[in-house]
Amino acid sequence: MSSSIEEFPMRTSTLQVIAATSLALAAGTFAASAYAGKTLDAVKQRDQVVCGVNTGLAGFSAADSQGNWVGLDVDICKAIAAAVLGDAKKVKWVPLNAQQRFTALQSGEVDILSRNTTFTLTRDASLGLFMTAVTYYDGQGFIVPKKSKITSAKQLKNAEICVQSGTTTEKNLTDYFKSINVKMKPVVFEGFEASVKAFFAGRCQAYTTDASGLASIRNKEAPKPDDYLILPELISKEPLGPMVRRGDDEWFTIVKWAIYALLEAEEYGLTQANVDQMKSSTEPPIQRMLGTTEDTGKLLGLDKEWAYREIKAVGNYGEIFERNVGPQSALKLPRGLNNLWNKGGLQYAPPIR
Amino acid sequence: MAVIAAAIWFLAHNTLENMRVRGIQSGFGFLAQPAGFDIGESAFAFDSGEPYWKAFLVGLSNTLRAALVGIVLTTILGTLIGIGRLSRNFLVRGLCTGYVELFRNIPVLIQLLMWYTVLNGDWLPPASEALHPLPGIFLSKSGMSFPVPEWEQGHGVSLAGFAIGIVVAWLYRRWARSAFEKTGVARPMVWPALLIACAGALLGWLAGGAPTALEMPVRNDLNVSGGGAVTPEFLAVTLGLTIYTASFVAEIVRSGIQSVSWGQTEAAGALGLSRAQALKLVLLPQALRVIIPPLTNQYLNLTKNSSLAVAVGYPDLVSISNTTLNQTGRAVECITILMAVYLTLSLVTAALMNWYNARSAIRER
Repeated sequence: MSSSIEEFPMRTSTLQVIAATSLALAAGTFAASAYAGKTLDAVKQRDQVVCGVNTGLAGFSAADSQGNWVGLDVDICKAIAAAVLGDAKKVKWVPLNAQQRFTALQSGEVDILSRNTTFTLTRDASLGLFMTAVTYYDGQGFIVPKKSKITSAKQLKNAEICVQSGTTTEKNLTDYFKSINVKMKPVVFEGFEASVKAFFAGRCQAYTTDASGLASIRNKEAPKPDDYLILPELISKEPLGPMVRRGDDEWFTIVKWAIYALLEAEEYGLTQANVDQMKSSTEPPIQRMLGTTEDTGKLLGLDKEWAYREIKAVGNYGEIFERNVGPQSALKLPRGLNNLWNKGGLQYAPPIR
Repeated sequence: MAVIAAAIWFLAHNTLENMRVRGIQSGFGFLAQPAGFDIGESAFAFDSGEPYWKAFLVGLSNTLRAALVGIVLTTILGTLIGIGRLSRNFLVRGLCTGYVELFRNIPVLIQLLMWYTVLNGDWLPPASEALHPLPGIFLSKSGMSFPVPEWEQGHGVSLAGFAIGIVVAWLYRRWARSAFEKTGVARPMVWPALLIACAGALLGWLAGGAPTALEMPVRNDLNVSGGGAVTPEFLAVTLGLTIYTASFVAEIVRSGIQSVSWGQTEAAGALGLSRAQALKLVLLPQALRVIIPPLTNQYLNLTKNSSLAVAVGYPDLVSISNTTLNQTGRAVECITILMAVYLTLSLVTAALMNWYNARSAIRER
């Protein structure tokens, strides 16, 4: 599935956009009101969460050698499946490229889009989609071959810069170089793989995407990771997180709080390993979260152990981060902005009560 | 008719209604908003502050550039190979057959990706170490840079001279043809006409003060800038499309020539025409009637296949449309524009070819 998308980027995406569009037409024709508030019912009925993920971005969502999907974005979907269906394995993965993702969600092909997607006003206000919560605070950066002796983005005068289409990246790139009054030439590829391949083949003098993506491709795609340098400038804010369809407030709320619960769990020291013991804790916030006293799940349309199952299945946010992208993982990304609010970062969950 | 119209109306109405209910904004108003993205290559200057419709025009110009160059090269290459398939020389015939069988049986997308990989291969250095085989020419993974004349008044005069040359050449051909019909003296038609047109351009250039200023590309620490440039993306697209489509055109040309009965060849021989003359004066004109309709199809295919350019990073119409689609979320509108443009391009090509076909068809007298 993913390999066919990589090899035939043009065909799959345009076809899928068309297919998804016509699907939207057809769905609308036959069941004009089938979308409101029905996602949870549909998920329960088919006993599966359909989750749109990246076709392959190491650390965020990529299939491992056994064909299992792993990564930060993947774990979010697993957590939701655990909360809603009681089993983190009950997820159907739909790998989507940058162009297909919104249409796939709009047309109902996926229940949730967990695919390193930046939240912006245009996307929130005009696509018929809702942003839920930020799962990774990112920023756009550049990678260059060390041989070029470039150490700052400001030196990229007249450079050709490889970039993937269908992302906020293209626009940020133009904005940034316009603001520092430097000319450059974008070389735009439809497929992520094609753009990365062209850069490492030497077609462009620089490659740009989110800093996390740069670390991922340097680690996974570069012939020799040490030959490449990630420039210090971050030229944009890229808050990444899952999106859901508009018009289904219950589902929106579930996804949002499923993510908050992972953050709360870290804040209160609940981990995959100790969550069973913590059930006997007498701290009120922990009791509420694990459903030993209050039933917070009822308000969400779930049972009282929803958060417990999430933590049991994938661990808290910190564990998810460490496992997939953190300093101990292959990507070696610092926690930085993604640390909890009380540890110098931006991750702040509203209280579960 | 009424049923079809009603069905179309129902679908359109339903789509809009559903999009409205789901909060998906629609409409073509976005075309007037600033695009906000840069485009790597363009036939005319484009700035990211200009509106989306202009970005679409840039995409269209890039599509047309690839398609037109492709069509011209395909016709030449295809005709040569088609004739080569009928050659009496075993080697030429075998090579041409091999070419056709090889290239028409490999999917065109694979061929595009192959050429792009070749052009990005390690045999070329990165742009910062561009090869410099001739003064003013740079070769690297970023393509080929070459000097272009700086625009001066004199070039305008030169162009005018060229235009006058073409008119004179056309008059010459008309005179030569009528002289041939009256007296039977066959004068050469092609070379003098070409000479006249070129002489016109040369005279115009001299009259305009013979401007020689060239904008030379310069290599710097990072890459090569200035001058004109052909990018590997453009090369991969035109090369791939040309080589692929030429294999079909070759077959069309071969079948067209073979459709002319053997008696015509013998008759031409009996009149004392050489083989080249027989081909040019007797066989090709008759073969054209068979060739043109399927050739039109190939031109249409080539134009439509140019939409695969996006796979190798060439900023064609599809590429621009994809970027726009993602920035504005107007999927239905962008796909509609794409379909309308390709439909128009195809209909225009077909109309031109039909006109040419009508001209070269047998006139019953």
